[in-house]
Amino acid sequence: MANVVTEPAKAPKTSKDWDMAAIAPFIALALLLVLGYFANPNFMTTANLLNVVTRSSFIAVIALGATYVITSGGLDLSVGAMLAFVASLMILFLNSGTIADPALALTAGMALAIAIGAACGLANGLITTIGRIEPFIATLGTMGIYRGLTTWLSQGGAITVRDRDILALYRPVYSGSFAGVPIPIIVIFVTAAIAAFVLYRTRYGRHVTAVGSNEDVARYSGISINRVRTVTYVIQGLCVAVAVLLYVPRLGSTSATTGSFWELQAITAVVVGGTALRGGVGRIWGTICGAFILEIVGNIMLLSNFVSEYLIGAIQGAIIIIAMLVQRSLMRR
Amino acid sequence: MSSAETSPAALLFEATGLSKTFGIVEVLKDININLRAGEVHAIIGENGAGKSTLMKIIAGNQPPTRGEMKIDGETVTFSGPVDAEHRGIVLVHQEILLAPDLTVAQNIYLGRELHKGVFIDDRAMNEGAAKAVRDLGSDIDPNTIVSRLSIAQRQLVQIARVLLVPHRIVIFDEPTASLTPHETDALLKVIRQIRAKGVGVLYISHRLPEVKEIADRVTVLRDGRLVASHNTSELQPADMARLMVGRDVAKLYPDRHAAQARETVLEVEHLNVPGYAQDASFQLRKGEILGFAGLVGAGRTELMEGMVGLRPSRGTVRHLGKPVNFRDVHASLKAGIVYLSEDRKGKGLLLTKDLIVNLTLASLGKFAGVLQIDRKRESAALDKAIRDFDIRTGAKDILAGQLSGGNQQKLLLAKMMLLDPSIVIIDEPTRGIDIGNKEQIYKFIANLAEEGRSIIVVSSEMPELIGICDRILVMRSGRIVGEVTGDHMNENEIVVLATGVTKEEAA
Repeated sequence: MANVVTEPAKAPKTSKDWDMAAIAPFIALALLLVLGYFANPNFMTTANLLNVVTRSSFIAVIALGATYVITSGGLDLSVGAMLAFVASLMILFLNSGTIADPALALTAGMALAIAIGAACGLANGLITTIGRIEPFIATLGTMGIYRGLTTWLSQGGAITVRDRDILALYRPVYSGSFAGVPIPIIVIFVTAAIAAFVLYRTRYGRHVTAVGSNEDVARYSGISINRVRTVTYVIQGLCVAVAVLLYVPRLGSTSATTGSFWELQAITAVVVGGTALRGGVGRIWGTICGAFILEIVGNIMLLSNFVSEYLIGAIQGAIIIIAMLVQRSLMRR
Repeated sequence: MSSAETSPAALLFEATGLSKTFGIVEVLKDININLRAGEVHAIIGENGAGKSTLMKIIAGNQPPTRGEMKIDGETVTFSGPVDAEHRGIVLVHQEILLAPDLTVAQNIYLGRELHKGVFIDDRAMNEGAAKAVRDLGSDIDPNTIVSRLSIAQRQLVQIARVLLVPHRIVIFDEPTASLTPHETDALLKVIRQIRAKGVGVLYISHRLPEVKEIADRVTVLRDGRLVASHNTSELQPADMARLMVGRDVAKLYPDRHAAQARETVLEVEHLNVPGYAQDASFQLRKGEILGFAGLVGAGRTELMEGMVGLRPSRGTVRHLGKPVNFRDVHASLKAGIVYLSEDRKGKGLLLTKDLIVNLTLASLGKFAGVLQIDRKRESAALDKAIRDFDIRTGAKDILAGQLSGGNQQKLLLAKMMLLDPSIVIIDEPTRGIDIGNKEQIYKFIANLAEEGRSIIVVSSEMPELIGICDRILVMRSGRIVGEVTGDHMNENEIVVLATGVTKEEAA
């Protein structure tokens, strides 16, 4: 072709430049571990670390779902209330004695929790997509509904698993371990591996990222925006249900305040992990890292004497702001 | 290269060696240009030639990388557009930048309201606005809400607003882009009035007949360089076109075999896209390139979007004889109909994602195995796309946003061709694309038609439609008002249809 004007390629800024944003949370985690080591000799013990990671499992698993919702450009504020609601219904079912055999009752209860979680997520998804209500407002509404229903179910008090056989059977799911690794930790990594596979390797995952990156481009490419978004909320509901399965055996009871502010912790974990709050970039392992960071900060504050543990909320709030500032400065390069 | 005679003493404005680079891309190189009081100096060039950048530098919106500007022989630098304004340089933007819910007077005085003490002095502003509008030969009531005005009237208000500032140099940036010929004449009259007052006018346009009519001198830019500067009397529009493009314009378009009468693949009958297009009926034949011409806002894009399911529409569309009603793009893609948006950056590509993600986004099904996407096949597809469409990219892992406009368009074309469509609708295929890439894209379009695919090209560039299409349909105010074929495919006939010039002149 004669006379073609070639435009000199601009200084090649490749996708590699974005890697810094992906690595940052892991660097932060490493620094925290070092800090913890110097703060208290008991911090760097296997027992303490396993305990911390186990405790982070609820937020970590919920945040995996939140990573999907946020990556597709949505937001779900209802997860904390949803957890309380699903857990309450599950316990009420276990207490109802519908099924006499404890093992069978427990299995059915767990299946029920999964189904209710998915249904709650579906409700959120349909309200935001078909109902065309801003996710912030829609899930603020369902948060109130799930929380209110929980309070009503418990009549303001607690709902406790009454059947000792079931509880005895169920306890190990939270407190037991497999090959020395606590089961909740196994659950974290297995769900994260599945989430990462789906987000990074499958067609659906690619669609989630595309929808969050630019809704119009996705629509003009023949992707059903509503379907993709709705499914992210269902995934979020399923993740909440998995968290419920870990949460119920821990104490065997729920109350009106179960899961309060967990939605904020989950969002913090997602953002600290490097996922863009405006959508389009999702980092599954970053989210897990973010959840660990939140729990470890709390743990260090408990173990050390510099800062009152009553300030945990303030520190977590500061973390999310710092994370956003770091993210921004890394994007600008 | 030749230069028009100028006597230095009378120079109002002079720029020497103006250059501008973004990163390592040089968009302007060594531009020398000057302006006398009481003359209209036209700057012409293709999209991407550097006209806008030059104007932005002169109006103080951007500093030059190198070079010097003088007003009355005195060297000046601008810290911003306000600074340039203080020096008497004002710019009339191409887009209408008015608050639609405010009145004419409120808009004219926006940001510089007259006041008595703490109160706004509406009466003085209304009088001032009325005078400003009257000076431009119009009788628009300053109390009118701007949203009730026609586009031409709004532009006049915008000009009045700009001229309220004491000025010596007025820059017009493609002011006639959305005007009818009658409105254009009125605008040219206004410009002559301004010139008569001893003001220097820089006039940017690529509509050559009007440049011939209004300008005293013409400077031609191509690829960021000044290629010629002449007195207008020495040039005919055809000469200007040749200078702009840098070669014989006819060669830009591929040779096409006259399309034989083949079977109809798409029949559209009485299609309505509420609010945008009414009662559209047309047919598309196999292997044909059908053009859609019209002014900006004539409803061409919306008609296409309605057809492929991007907007609600009513009417009958028959594809290969079967009635279809696409509810979304997914359905129309499945039927083998693709639509490439005019808004490449906003609706065509994910600018912050890499080339592979963009390339395969619409056709991921072809790359998905049982569970996961086959990345090797994706990578191979990118290699093939880069070869087939000559996508110029330094590395394969750069982001789509880092490609030049022309290469983005090629990538978008490659993306949609992965679907192996039988009907391809391309909206503004060469907007913002340099001449070399343009030529290639025309060739691709011609090849697609040669392969038996049917093409619809929507474009505001009449030469391009005339150059590549077999037939051209013209739209005005949401309706298809005519068809031009064969010897009738010329700018005049299209403009007459597009503007309804014979009747709707009263505006």
